[in-house]
Amino acid sequence: MTDTASPRPGYVPPIFGDTPEGTHVYQRVPYNADDYGPVSDFTTDFDHADKNYNPNAPKVWKELREGGCPVAHSDRYGGMWVPLTHDTVQEVAYDTENFTSRSVVVGVGRPGDLSLPAPIGGAPPITSDPPFHAMARRLLLPAFAPKKIEPWEPEIRRLCNDLLDRLGEVTPGQTIIDAAIDYAQHIPVNVIGRMLGFPEKDEDLFRKFVHDTLERIAEEPGSVDQGDELGLYIFAQIDDHRANPRDDLTSFLMNVELDGQPVTDDIVGGMIVLLLIAGIDTTWSAIGSSLWHLAQHPEDHQRLLDDPDVMTFALEEFLRAYAPVTMARLVAKDNDFHGCPMQKDDWVLLPFPAANRDPLKFEDPDTFIVDRQENRHAAFGLGIHRCLGSNLARLELKVAIEEFIKRFPRFELAGDTAWSIGQIRGPRVLPVRILETAD
Amino acid sequence: MRIHLEADKCQGHNRCYALAPELFDVDDFGQSVLLVEGDIPAELVEKARLAAANCPEFAIKILEA
Repeated sequence: MTDTASPRPGYVPPIFGDTPEGTHVYQRVPYNADDYGPVSDFTTDFDHADKNYNPNAPKVWKELREGGCPVAHSDRYGGMWVPLTHDTVQEVAYDTENFTSRSVVVGVGRPGDLSLPAPIGGAPPITSDPPFHAMARRLLLPAFAPKKIEPWEPEIRRLCNDLLDRLGEVTPGQTIIDAAIDYAQHIPVNVIGRMLGFPEKDEDLFRKFVHDTLERIAEEPGSVDQGDELGLYIFAQIDDHRANPRDDLTSFLMNVELDGQPVTDDIVGGMIVLLLIAGIDTTWSAIGSSLWHLAQHPEDHQRLLDDPDVMTFALEEFLRAYAPVTMARLVAKDNDFHGCPMQKDDWVLLPFPAANRDPLKFEDPDTFIVDRQENRHAAFGLGIHRCLGSNLARLELKVAIEEFIKRFPRFELAGDTAWSIGQIRGPRVLPVRILETAD
Repeated sequence: MRIHLEADKCQGHNRCYALAPELFDVDDFGQSVLLVEGDIPAELVEKARLAAANCPEFAIKILEA
């Protein structure tokens, strides 16, 4: 449809807003954070990228809801609405007529005139709307279905134990480790690398490429160098899979057909990058937040050790209370949303984590109940865009927690936790003191 | 007591299959498939209620006798 968006080595699907080369593909929103400064009132000046937001998000949601604000607003980013109740979040997620997924990350760029229009969007299926969305999604679903993911459990368990071994000598009561950086961070990137069939000997290199790319995206949305190492590495792996086909995710993606035609390497590379972006920071955040909770709640920790079956419920409670992912939509046409005059191209933030703490849907929502029996949480979204990788994410989170608490039956916070900034919420620095080790 | 699964509401969250595999399976696309017809055996009633209480899309209804 447009040659300016043609994928190339290092291509990052433009789900993160602006791209350096695409003035027609991406419109820059006239927004400069410095003009606004720190948020003083989240009701009328909501900003999820304010440095005080993620550390205090549950308090912000509660205060806004209790103050009678089911939908907050901000002039930032060219105009943004933020539904805060489960009902309003669900309504936006279900209403694909009035709200498009063309861009799912709020930023200074919006899809422009020459960008791939709805219903396809720049990085299908996450940026797609009906009816195209279902077709694009159906191509990928089988690779992430529960029964395809379950067999990975022993491998993930091995990986977690390798990481714990690599922490070296641990002296109870003295040793401090960073549970986010030394442990949680490595799990999703290595799991996806193994699923893609990338050589294990490259793991450190691959992890470095991925994190360099993720960091660049955080700094300047969508910007990637021509000589991007991750892109080149992925293309080399695609070539290797062509020469030596095998039963893994890369080969699966290379065999996907669109309209009866095999997909190009550019599209395969783009899908791989999308899986990395969507799967890594998110899962890392969920693991980190769960360990952050356990470091402060030895009673929940003990319960999991005494009664491992409680994990079935605890896992969902971690996901509810510490859901890492907030998505976004663009308003597709002017509409009145519960009295809010929404205009075409306004942003709508979709804070699923806020929906998960709505007292109208969850009893005692700000209390972590390790064996909560009724838990319709929306950590993986609601409606047609339910997280494609949810089965994998859940398995990684479960195994990561189980192996950590088995190895370290007691640990506590040992310093300040640093939280991420933006739509993915989780600890980025998480020092914990190990108080007891297994044997 | 019976289960009614509204298949078009299911988005493949996989909660029912995880909590009550005796009552629900999932297909190759991760969509829920109801395994029982008619009344649920007494020993599975609790699991059926649990599956309904954990479906994020409200796709599972319990029909009391």
